[in-house]
Amino acid sequence: MLLNASGCLDALTAPDLAGQLDAFVTKTITPLPREGNQPVRIAETEHGMLNSIGLANPGQERFLAEVLPRLRELGFPVWVSVGGFAAREYAETCALLSDVTIELNLSCPNVEDATETAVEIVAACRAATELPLYAKLSPAVWDVGEAARAVEAGGADGLSLVNTIRGLAMDARLRPVLGRAVGGYSGPALKPIALAAVYAAHRATSLPIVGMGGVWSGRDALELVAAGASSVALGTVLFADTDAPRRIRSELEAELEALGLSTLDEARGLGHDLPAAVTTLD
Amino acid sequence: MHTRARVRALGREAFGPYTLLRLERGALDPGVPGQFFMLEAPGRVLRRPMSLCLAPHGELAFLVDPIGPGTRALCSLEPGEEIAVFGPLGNGFRLDVERPLLVGGGIGVAPFPWLSGALGSPPAVLGFRSSLHAEAASLVPNAEVVIDPTLVTDALPAGEWDVLACGPEPMLEAVARAYPDAQLAWEAPMACGYGACYGCAVEIGGEWKRLCVEGPVLSLATPSRPPRTREGAATRALAASSVAGHGDAA
Repeated sequence: MLLNASGCLDALTAPDLAGQLDAFVTKTITPLPREGNQPVRIAETEHGMLNSIGLANPGQERFLAEVLPRLRELGFPVWVSVGGFAAREYAETCALLSDVTIELNLSCPNVEDATETAVEIVAACRAATELPLYAKLSPAVWDVGEAARAVEAGGADGLSLVNTIRGLAMDARLRPVLGRAVGGYSGPALKPIALAAVYAAHRATSLPIVGMGGVWSGRDALELVAAGASSVALGTVLFADTDAPRRIRSELEAELEALGLSTLDEARGLGHDLPAAVTTLD
Repeated sequence: MHTRARVRALGREAFGPYTLLRLERGALDPGVPGQFFMLEAPGRVLRRPMSLCLAPHGELAFLVDPIGPGTRALCSLEPGEEIAVFGPLGNGFRLDVERPLLVGGGIGVAPFPWLSGALGSPPAVLGFRSSLHAEAASLVPNAEVVIDPTLVTDALPAGEWDVLACGPEPMLEAVARAYPDAQLAWEAPMACGYGACYGCAVEIGGEWKRLCVEGPVLSLATPSRPPRTREGAATRALAASSVAGHGDAA
């Protein structure tokens, strides 16, 4: 299954692009509207990009009244990314949703964290809804496997791995480019970090995993699946290539065929079963 | 509706420090003056937003200021090399104006050659930081040129005008004070160009709008830009600004 990473696509402005995916994931919704962070919000680096958007969104009330009905009219499955600044806020939004999959954004690098732990937030949301709950985690923890086990115990039905990781870019005069100095680092540079996180989470839990981070090709998607992802989400590549879902799906099919596999499920976790590669650089 | 295409570079021509990059048009629609295209910058992660400078038959031409790695890559394209392009994007200038006056600064003159043609070569006032930069003025007919420290706002002709402006933010703000109904083409760093990333959002009339979708040309309401909390951001905008594009995101 191919999705977009939250915050990397607006299905209402680009319905054709969203239609190339198996499900659409919204930008993170918070209880109150948020304008987002001060400019400058975007910077490019050699191997990726930084964003400091800061969860700009219309807020829960307008999202439910105006945005979600229009998304439903488009006809594809919707995942709602839910954010907040306290477990109670996450849970309140979850309780208002129906007929969607929920992704809990527990790891935005551009805003202050909630005071509770990820597990407490997941548990509060679990108590508030029976909808499928995916926990989106940061790779910037010492033991992703431990974090995965913890949110599973809290009641998560799946994992989204990984969110962006905090980064900073400087301009020619050695000043931070972004208005808030630091932002979320994404793009090709994130792929090895995502692979390691998905690999660790797959060893630690049996939860389905949406793998994301730097996917630019069918091969990248296949590697995440081989590390343990059951689905793959596209992020930064959508900014650079508006045909990315179609292209990556077609490349992925060719990759599977070359391996003699007929479904993505057969490739899941393959990287855990094979002997280690020879130790020379290719 | 915008189109995606891979098109070949046809050639490039220097105008002072700027490069006029000519691409084959392929299946792309030129749109209206002030709209922009996302151009693949070879070797870079993100595309670069560039407003269209000229639309000769079978071609699209962009005036590029090589200020960073992406714009330098574009200015180095050899004839025959292919890049991915998509557009036209955003809202261009309204052309139903009676007494047009073009006001531009620096690389902000980029959309004016085509705009001038569409409006029957109206008068233009163009400001540049040096006589070398001012070589770009030769692309715009009927232009009066001023060089720093003279400002375009010092050289605006008397009378009633429908102003269409593109240039650094302080210039646009000064133009808006003199002509509140002016059409202004704004710029902000953006990753996508089609409303997905929210990188180019500005506050307009109390609501945050994406310059790539609701702009880059705005009239009636001038964006009340959020206060720039650090001196760095404002200075950078001065150095790099123009219409949506012509700059590197970083």
